Amino acid sequence: MLEVFVFIISGTLAASTPLIYAAMGELVCEKSGMLNLGIEGMMATGAAAGFVLVAITGSHSVGFFGGMICAMGLSLIYAILTVLLNANQVASGLATGILGLGVSSAIGKKYEGTTVTPLADLPLGPLSDIPVLGESIFQLDAMVYLSILLVVAVWYVINRTKLGLLIRAIGEAPEYAHSQGLPVRMVRMCCVAFGGAMAGIGGAYLSTAYTPLWAEGMIAGRGWIVVALTVFGTWVVPRVAFGAYLFGVISLLELSIQAFGVNLPSQILSALPYVITILMLAAISRNVTFIRMNSPASLGQSFSP
Amino acid sequence: MVKFTLEPRKEQSLLAPIVVTSLALLLTMLGGTILFMIYGVPPLKGLRAIFIEPLLSTYGIGEVLLKMAPLLLVAQGLAIGFRAGVWNIGAEGQLILGAIAASAVAIYFDGSTSIFLLPGMILAGMFAGIAWASIAAFLRTTFNANEILVTFMLTSVALQLLYYLVTGPMRDPMGFNFPQSITFGYHAMFPILIEGTRFNASIFMGIFATVGCWLFVKRSLVGYKLSVGGLAPRAAIYAGFSQKGAVWLALLIGGGAAGLAGVGEVSGPLGMLQRNVSPGYGYAAIIVAMLGGLNPIGIIFSSALMALIYVGGDFARLSVQLPNAVTGIFQGMLLTFYLGCSLLLTSRIRLKRSDAVASEGEA
Repeated sequence: MLEVFVFIISGTLAASTPLIYAAMGELVCEKSGMLNLGIEGMMATGAAAGFVLVAITGSHSVGFFGGMICAMGLSLIYAILTVLLNANQVASGLATGILGLGVSSAIGKKYEGTTVTPLADLPLGPLSDIPVLGESIFQLDAMVYLSILLVVAVWYVINRTKLGLLIRAIGEAPEYAHSQGLPVRMVRMCCVAFGGAMAGIGGAYLSTAYTPLWAEGMIAGRGWIVVALTVFGTWVVPRVAFGAYLFGVISLLELSIQAFGVNLPSQILSALPYVITILMLAAISRNVTFIRMNSPASLGQSFSP
Repeated sequence: MVKFTLEPRKEQSLLAPIVVTSLALLLTMLGGTILFMIYGVPPLKGLRAIFIEPLLSTYGIGEVLLKMAPLLLVAQGLAIGFRAGVWNIGAEGQLILGAIAASAVAIYFDGSTSIFLLPGMILAGMFAGIAWASIAAFLRTTFNANEILVTFMLTSVALQLLYYLVTGPMRDPMGFNFPQSITFGYHAMFPILIEGTRFNASIFMGIFATVGCWLFVKRSLVGYKLSVGGLAPRAAIYAGFSQKGAVWLALLIGGGAAGLAGVGEVSGPLGMLQRNVSPGYGYAAIIVAMLGGLNPIGIIFSSALMALIYVGGDFARLSVQLPNAVTGIFQGMLLTFYLGCSLLLTSRIRLKRSDAVASEGEA
């Protein structure tokens, strides 16, 4: 029984980590009013670049860093289109997403189907010796611990600092913020870049730690689930994080049902996360005023000074 | 010193869309040149393989027209939604449902020589596409669920449904367990239009859609209401144009067109239902619609261009050994550059001498 508990907790944490990174990035991005729909492509680029770098250098730090930079570069294309050239945010997000998927498959072409050594676990000293709890929480890899720190940090910055206030003000009323002399364009570009960087780390975690292999299309819609998570969490940091962990549980469920040999067509299990996302979106969005109160007022709208 | 400034255009320029698209194509070719150099392919040879070689043989032209048919059809349907500000990005899923429904009819009436078989498949495919899109329309109008996310998720569900059907209920029992259906009979197929190619009569669906969309957008009151809703949502509300009606109409037209394109695939080049029904036509059609300026006439040209890139990508893989990812990169670059240049559609660049700027500042 305890083993099952350990399996569920540690499995959920690992499965949610890519979503946590990408979702925190997208949340900051959307808080500033930028709806980046290209997350899927950015995660794919991060995953491909990260994987190839780990395969070549053997260093996971290089992999994560490279994946982060590549995805950030892609997100800057989106930022230039939307922030500087005033292009439609939805269309630009789709464009950079398509570009990212193409780039990822070009980067990973030679490595299709190969594997690397997964990121090593980092037991946290004496904490990892605590029975049950130690095994389930304190014997994971460093990126899982960092993802939890990231949630706390993003929450702190958004809600408790001047920078967070600046981002929120720009997301709520860019015209007013501009009239007060605040650097709307600069902040929006930085938020987009942060979102891209985090999507890259999330992607790289997927391809070098969670399932240490590269296969084209391995992001499998996670980038879109991340966008859905910000709606699901109504742009509140802890709720978005909770949503990401919930999806970790669901993907774990998918694996365990298959492992226990339950006689269901595998396609039903594969479709499960998408169906649940649709149902959750409908359930949360139903309350129109609640959504309108919580969503950044200028989300998806371009701003020109 | 000279300074560039942007000023809004007072009236729509007819030339601007052509200039912007050409500029985007030129920049894409430049980007492609860099890409070819990375892969160690002589750039001119690579560009020739993608943009010229397909047009040098009857077979190549046939392939371009073949791929143009679904792109034209789906993009016309999507453009109506995009004009109304309804972002249906799940045409791929609606296309798959259309393919499944048409195949179900073909398999059920296998061996039929009725002339009504193909029209029946066409109707089934169209309604399946409409039904799939109506899920998103229902969730948006009743539960306020974002149609961008829902249509994407529905595409992922549609793919799993397709995989389930071709490995289970709709698999050819004599097919050695290959994940595909039986081969359709002659009467379930669109007739070939050019001998020696795969180009078939499904292009007529795209042509009808183009004429229909042109009439709808330019000549009908409903089309006008939809466009107003997209351009000025508040004005549309004050004028009493129904927002819910717009969402339903936009998604149903898009879904129907995509469903028809699905029929065109299984009753055309495939001749059966299989795992790979579409090489991403549903997504590429989004690019086609944008690139055509959401204009029914513009979309004719953009669908031809995108079809050329699809076929050219295949040619380049064979003649200069480029990976097929190049097709995706070219498509992505084309839309990215188009969006980047589209600022020129609504504004024009003016050169200003610095003293003029300075005097303006003083005034």
